[in-house]
Amino acid sequence: MLSRIAESLFWIGRYLERAEDTCRIVEMHLQLLVDDPTVDQDDAAITLLAVMGAPSVEVASTTEVLRALCYDPVSPASVAATLGGAREAARRARETVSSEVWEAINTTWNSVKGGRLQRMRPTAAFRLVRERCAVITGTADQTMSHDEGWLFLTLGRSVERIDMTARLISIAQVAGTQSAWSNVLRGCGAHHAFVRSYGGVTTDRDAAEFVLLDRLFPRSVVHNLRGAEAALGALDLAASTRGYEDEATRLLGTARASLEYRDPDRVLDDLPQRMAELQRTCNKVSQAITERYFSGSTAASWSGGN
Amino acid sequence: MSLLFRDYAGTPKAFDEVVGAEGVRVAYGSVLRQLAKLDAEEVRSRAEYLKSTYLDQGVTFDIGGEERPFPLDIVPRVLLANEWADVEAGVAQRVQALEAFLADVYGEGRAFRDGVIPRKVVVTSPHYHRVMAGVRPPNGVRCHVAGIDLVRDEVGRFRVLEDNVRVPSGVSYVMTNRRAMFSALPEVTSRHRIRPVEGYPLQLLAALRAAAPSGVKDPTVVVLTPGVFNSAYFEHALLARMMGVELVEGRDLVCHNGRVSVRTTQGLRPVHVIYRRVDDEFLDPAQFRSDSMIGCAGLITAARAGNVTIANAVGNGVADDKLVYTYIPDLIRYYLSEEPKLASVDTWRLEEPAHREEVLDRLDELVLKPVDGSGGKGIVIGPKATPRQLDALRARIMKDPRGWIAQPVVQLSTVPTMIDGKMAPRHVDLRPFAVNSGDDVYVLPGGLTRVALPEGELIVNSSHGGGSKDTWVLARDGVRGKRRRRRTRDSVASVPLGGLGEERLAEQQAQQQQTRVERPC
Repeated sequence: MLSRIAESLFWIGRYLERAEDTCRIVEMHLQLLVDDPTVDQDDAAITLLAVMGAPSVEVASTTEVLRALCYDPVSPASVAATLGGAREAARRARETVSSEVWEAINTTWNSVKGGRLQRMRPTAAFRLVRERCAVITGTADQTMSHDEGWLFLTLGRSVERIDMTARLISIAQVAGTQSAWSNVLRGCGAHHAFVRSYGGVTTDRDAAEFVLLDRLFPRSVVHNLRGAEAALGALDLAASTRGYEDEATRLLGTARASLEYRDPDRVLDDLPQRMAELQRTCNKVSQAITERYFSGSTAASWSGGN
Repeated sequence: MSLLFRDYAGTPKAFDEVVGAEGVRVAYGSVLRQLAKLDAEEVRSRAEYLKSTYLDQGVTFDIGGEERPFPLDIVPRVLLANEWADVEAGVAQRVQALEAFLADVYGEGRAFRDGVIPRKVVVTSPHYHRVMAGVRPPNGVRCHVAGIDLVRDEVGRFRVLEDNVRVPSGVSYVMTNRRAMFSALPEVTSRHRIRPVEGYPLQLLAALRAAAPSGVKDPTVVVLTPGVFNSAYFEHALLARMMGVELVEGRDLVCHNGRVSVRTTQGLRPVHVIYRRVDDEFLDPAQFRSDSMIGCAGLITAARAGNVTIANAVGNGVADDKLVYTYIPDLIRYYLSEEPKLASVDTWRLEEPAHREEVLDRLDELVLKPVDGSGGKGIVIGPKATPRQLDALRARIMKDPRGWIAQPVVQLSTVPTMIDGKMAPRHVDLRPFAVNSGDDVYVLPGGLTRVALPEGELIVNSSHGGGSKDTWVLARDGVRGKRRRRRTRDSVASVPLGGLGEERLAEQQAQQQQTRVERPC
């Protein structure tokens, strides 16, 4: 597979996941403001924007959050910009993604572009984006061959989901309200699954355990670390039987071990630092993948004859 | 006739393909009859559907960086089997002559010696590339794909307007148009025997594989695109997908030791045939424009070494130079010893003083075209130009007479087209596509009909606000009758329906609730 196409597919995976997770995070933020009247709205907004990588601001409000993270196609962290990115990447890989996937992505972008998202009520907009992302992911799983290209798509999605879940936990921790963990669960769409597994009476520790460590829940951190590792394993045809030569695999494995093999009683300790570390790991993983698989796409340029 | 067509009449000057002096022409009788069964509102809603389906599928082209859906009209353009047979033969003949001419230009130069065409005309063409002289492609083919633009004149006769043997585009719309029309107007399409167009990508792939360097048994074919911002990117992607080959950009390729490879996630892989959609000038920065960022340095060297085939060949532009166009009828007679099967449009060569004088006198009634323009670029239509434009034109012609040709205004034929919900005559042309595999020339039945949407407009290019029509070539017995063939059905296992056994359970559950209400304990 062409390096350039592989990179496009990786980024389709990342962008789509980012769009969906941004929606979930903003939705959680709005819910937080409703749940807990003691929260300083502007303060919470500034934290959220900072964690989501929007340009730092002095004053912020809910309106600003919605602009910077949802509607404004110029703001790089917004859902509109992210979906645009996914669509551009898909356009570059158009002969590789199945035509149904392309159409799903293109229709999504058509229903979002030109301020269409802004004209909807926020809840309706979030719902639309979540559902469209589910349609695209489902179509990709069911209509693309699960070959190299699909693996890169999955890899991008897993890495992005780890990153965004870590951010989600950071935001809830900073706000530090009573309902922080139940908001995290809702933000991951994990509430139902959590209650089904643990019953009604639970502690923060249970919630943290579930979101970070559950091996069966598809949005937990460990599940996605494993998913990314598996995808890398399938891509690396020359893997040796001793250790791991692949940088990205090592990074992911280390991160997973430090989560899974930690003393269960200390699952809540140092969470903000650990989540920040996890985000850094995701960056490094992305870089390692780029260097190994996509660097061929940065071609030498011709400067003769001038 | 249906309401939609009741007030329809062609334009006085042009040939209308649907309505003639004796009423509706044979080719369209059945189409209009079927369309008449739908009421006008329904037809309009189908036209809307065509528009939205193209947006969803991303069937678009770029104008100045903005993506727009390619307008597809609801009324098809229909050609009868015998009309098409003439076109097909004429196009194939022309491609063969162009092929022979190119081989001669970059080979012996017999035609120059025999005085059929002056050498000066060829070597002054900006698309003549001396670097390709003496290079013979593996199976002798240089025009793997050709698009010959045809128009129908005032009496309905097909004439060649220009040849495209560099990188003719538009074939993807032929395929998507057909699919869209089948889903928009199933009532009409199902009643006709229309020759299919789906086979094109396979014909193209076969021709490209046949052109592989000798000794390569299983050649790797790639499509080279300038990138997503190119106006025809959609087409490049569609062709690559339908042929099942990689779509590459210049930066994906690397040349080393006279060979070409493509960068993959598993390292470099050799490439044997490049179907390029990049212009000559941008193809190889080491040979042509050194500032090109969309080509790959070393491609020409690899092609000269015979390790890779570039399709269409570099330097083909001399054959579709519009000044060379004026010599093509002679070239057909010279190389093939046949009379041209398709007429050309009368053309003045401005290099000849007598011609130039006449043209300069009649500038306001002629069409002036730059010899190397494509996409309708730079064309000046005399009757529509302002005196100021004509003065500017005159100055440019005096400065560079080799750069221009003049033709009379050809009133292109018209076909009814839906404009604001009503049928109005609009001018059309036809670009049939020919694929040369070396053994024979395949002409895709139909081709792209482009239609100029503004009233009276004679330039049909999409960059001038043109749209397209699905082009139907009817098989010999064009209209499907009602006769049905009876076939014995094999026994078919049907899908089991129902049987979940929940009805009784549901009944009891419902009763339970009621009894509780009636007899509280």
